[in-house]
Amino acid sequence: MSGHKLLLSELRLWTSGRRSRWTVRLREGVTARGNASFPSCNPKVCVVGGGPAGFYTAQHLIKARQDVEVDIYERLPVPFGLVRFGVAPDHPEVKNVINTFTQTAKHSRCHFYGNVHVGKDVSVDELRQAYHAVVLSYGAEGNRNIAVPGEDLTGVYSAKDFVGWYNGLPSCEQLTPDLSGETAVVLGQGNVALDVARILLSPIDILKKTDITQPALEALAASRVRRVLIVGRRGPMQVACTIKELREMVNLPGTRPEMAAADFEGVTEALQDLPRPRKRLTELMMKTALETPGEKEQERRSKASRVWGFRFFRSPVEILADSEGGRTAGVRLAVTRLEGSGEGAQALLTGEVEDVSCGLIISSIGYKSLPIDPSVPFDTRKAIVPNTMGRVQQAAGLYCSGWLKTGPTGVIATTMNNSFDTARSLVEDLDSGTLDVSAAKPGSRSVSALLDKRGVKAVGFSDWEKIDCEEMKRGEAVGKPREKLLTVEEMLQVAQT
Amino acid sequence: MALVFALRQLAHVRLPEYSRRTAAASWGAWLTGQRSFKTGTQPLRSNSKVTVHFVNRDGEKITVKGSPGDSLLDVVINEDLDFDGFGACEGTLACSTCHLIFDEEVYQKLGPITDEEMDMLDLAYGLTDTSRLGCQICLTKALEGMVARVPESVADIRQSKDGSL
Repeated sequence: MSGHKLLLSELRLWTSGRRSRWTVRLREGVTARGNASFPSCNPKVCVVGGGPAGFYTAQHLIKARQDVEVDIYERLPVPFGLVRFGVAPDHPEVKNVINTFTQTAKHSRCHFYGNVHVGKDVSVDELRQAYHAVVLSYGAEGNRNIAVPGEDLTGVYSAKDFVGWYNGLPSCEQLTPDLSGETAVVLGQGNVALDVARILLSPIDILKKTDITQPALEALAASRVRRVLIVGRRGPMQVACTIKELREMVNLPGTRPEMAAADFEGVTEALQDLPRPRKRLTELMMKTALETPGEKEQERRSKASRVWGFRFFRSPVEILADSEGGRTAGVRLAVTRLEGSGEGAQALLTGEVEDVSCGLIISSIGYKSLPIDPSVPFDTRKAIVPNTMGRVQQAAGLYCSGWLKTGPTGVIATTMNNSFDTARSLVEDLDSGTLDVSAAKPGSRSVSALLDKRGVKAVGFSDWEKIDCEEMKRGEAVGKPREKLLTVEEMLQVAQT
Repeated sequence: MALVFALRQLAHVRLPEYSRRTAAASWGAWLTGQRSFKTGTQPLRSNSKVTVHFVNRDGEKITVKGSPGDSLLDVVINEDLDFDGFGACEGTLACSTCHLIFDEEVYQKLGPITDEEMDMLDLAYGLTDTSRLGCQICLTKALEGMVARVPESVADIRQSKDGSL
C-alpha cells in the first residue's frame, strides 16, 4: 500500500507540467525587471550560504513581503549545501526539497551567486554596506574532534569528510579511505553514524543506482569491510538516531544485527514511561537485539555476509596503531556506566578498557560551525552565532538561520522552521521600521563590481542548470540519477560553456 | 494582513485551472496566486468529489473538494492551500511536514497505518493519538465532510546529536 503510494507520488513529480510553470515565471521575471529600473528603495537582503537554511530563509522573505529582493551567495559553484553533500545518496526522496529551492532561486526577486567565498572574496562588512540586511546561514562545516591519541593515523576519518567523499564534496575528493580491513568502527550513534554504517554495508547493486560518486562506488565495490560497530558512550535509551534510520539498518539486505543482550538490562522496565518516539525506537532496537526471529528472518540472517551492531557503554580513549606505527589497527574503548537515566544520563568511566581490532574508524560525534569574520559575534563554546530569534546580538541588520543559529541538530524540516522564524524576525523588523530601509542600497551591483575587480566570476542559477544538465546526462549514461562533477574547476568549466 | 488574506482568498477562487503540483504547497499557492494570467472557471461542485474541511494554523476553516483516490497532500497542492512548508518531501514518507490531526471518529475511518508512517509521525511536532500524514490518506466517499486540522507548527522534532538530515 505505501509502496504503491510512493510510486505514484514519484511518477507525479515528473508529470507535473513544471515546465509551464517556469514559463509563466520567466515572463513574470521580465516584467519585474522592467519595474526594477524605476528608482526605488526596495529592501535588499543577502543570504550567506546556499543550503537549506539559506533557501528556506529566502523563500519566506520573498513570500512575506512583496518588495524584498534577496541575493544568495554560496561558496561553491553549486547550490543546495547539505541536501547535495550531506543527505545520503540512497535517500533521494529527501532531496525533493530541491524542487522548492529551485522555484525560489528562479523567482524574479531572488538571485543566486555561486562561487563567491564570503569572508575571502567579499567581506561581511562589504555585504552589510551593500544590503539593508545580511542573513548568515552558512551552516556547520567543521566537526567536533574525538581528541584522543592516534586520531591522525591513516584509517581514521571524520564522518563529515567520509560523507563528503561519497557525496562528491570537492574538498573531500582526495580522501580515498582505506577500506581493506574487515571491521569498521563508527564512533557516535546519530543518524549520520547510521548513514555511514549503511553506506559501508549496502549491496553495491543498491548504491549503483544512486547519485553516489563513481570513485566512492568503485572503492565500496572493492571494500573488504564486513562488520560495522556503532559505538556510543551511553546506553540504548540514549541513542541519537531516529527510528527511520534504525529500521533501514534492520532491513538492510545482506546484513544481520549483532548486539549484546546484556546492554538491554532494565530497559523493558523503563519502556512504559517513555514518550512515544523514544519508546518505539527502543522497542525496535530490543526486538532486533533480543527476540528470536521468525523463520523467514532467520533464513535471511543466516545468508547474510555482513554484520552491524551497536556497542553501548563504550568511550574511545586511544586509536591503536599497527606494528609499523602508521596505520589504524584498533581502538581502545573505556567501559562506562550510566549515572541518572533518560536523555540526561551521564556516562562515567568504570576504569575497565576493551580493545577492538579494526582497520577503519569514522568519528561521527557532530558537526561544528566556524566563525566567518572577526566582526561577527561568535560563541566559541556553543559554536553558534549568539542570536535572539535569529537576530544577531549587538549587530543591527545582521541575522542568522540554520545550524549556525541553533547548532548542528535536527532534520531538514527543523532547519525549515528555524529559517522561517529568522525570516519572520527580519520581516517584523522591516514592518516596524527597526530595520531602516529609507536609504537605497546598491545590493548586488556594488558586490558584483567588487568581485569583478577581484577577478571572481560568480556562477548564476542558469549556470548551475548547465552543471545540473551535464550531471544528469552523465548519470543517465551509467544508470544513475546523476553523476556529480567532483572538482570546482570542472564545475566552472561546464558553467562557463 | 487583511490584504494578504484577501489576496489568498482571491487566489483560491481563481486558481483551480492553474493548480500545478509543487513541492511546497504554500509556496505554490502564493506563486501561482501572483502569477496567473487567466481566471479559472472550473466548476467547484461535482458529485463524485469529496468535501474536505481543513482548519489552518490560525483556526480558519477552508473547505475544498478532492477526487476519490487523491491523498490529502494532493488536495492541499491542487487547491494551492497556503500551509507554510507543508509536504516538503513531496509525499515520499521522508519528512513529517504534512502532519494532520483528525477527530477520533474520522481517524478510525482512515485505514491502516504502516510502520514507516508511524516512524515519520514520531518526528512530528504536536503529535496526537489521532495524527496521520496527509500524504498517506487517500480520499474515499466515506470521508465526505471530514475535518483535517493542521497542527500549529510543522516543526519536525527529530534531534540527532550528530545532526543528520
